Amino acid sequence: MKIKFFSILFVASFIFIFFVLYKGLQNPNIYKPDANYVKDIPSFYARIFNSDNKINSEEIFKEDKFYLVNIWASWCIPCRDEHVFLIDLSKQKNIEVIGINYKDNKKNAKSFLNKFNSPYKFILEDKDGTMSIEWGAYGVPESFLVYNNKIIKKVVGPLNKKLLLEIKKIIQ
Amino acid sequence: MNLFKYFLTIFIIFNLNISHAEDIDLKNKITKNLRCLICQGQSIYDSDSEFANSLKLLVDKKLKEGLSEKQIYNYMKDKYGQWILYDPEFDKNTYILWLLPILMFIIGGAIIFKLFIIRKN
Repeated sequence: MKIKFFSILFVASFIFIFFVLYKGLQNPNIYKPDANYVKDIPSFYARIFNSDNKINSEEIFKEDKFYLVNIWASWCIPCRDEHVFLIDLSKQKNIEVIGINYKDNKKNAKSFLNKFNSPYKFILEDKDGTMSIEWGAYGVPESFLVYNNKIIKKVVGPLNKKLLLEIKKIIQ
Repeated sequence: MNLFKYFLTIFIIFNLNISHAEDIDLKNKITKNLRCLICQGQSIYDSDSEFANSLKLLVDKKLKEGLSEKQIYNYMKDKYGQWILYDPEFDKNTYILWLLPILMFIIGGAIIFKLFIIRKN
């Protein structure tokens, strides 16, 4: 009786451990950020790029209007790839593109904008990267679609044609 | 009187150092419990990535603003989700993680008790 009990217990625990490890095998161990969420935008007070003025987040984001907050840097290669899509978006009527210049050299950032044109209505400076963290960013490039002071879509990595169409669909 | 002032100054300077050291200890404790999300298997404290360095600065800033350790964890959880914390909280997703060791301990204890103590008697 006792032996039977222990053998059942042994088999049951073996099956249990096998099941747990097998399930774990299928899960990817690379962290994927949750991109589909609605969150409030952070409130901040930041310096405008290439000027001495500072601006409050409430002055930037108005209700009933779409904003694309794009974190970029001149040293970031994928930012160059997505630049054409940002220029395209900046030509749309009902959206404003706002840049956050992440840990960048002013001179390099300026020549980047001169070379590729600026899609941004204005650019905020993020010298130490803390503002990007307050937005919940992982690195550059990263974009946040904002509507009514809420982040309604988050894009980690560069924008592409498919994402551009998705954003256009949302704002229309 | 001059001697008194001299000692007072030294006393204040030493005390400032102690409070500063406590701040650093707390900052280290917090950054050790935050996971670097872009570098696998490292805490913010261990990592030197851009993300980790910015997070270290932000933790420093939040401590200076007067936020407590728990408030900082909640802030980070709100921004990046439960995954950023090395010490997960007890909720519907983590209850097995927390309860299983206790359950195994109790079952194991019961087996040992039954096998050795009852048999002895």
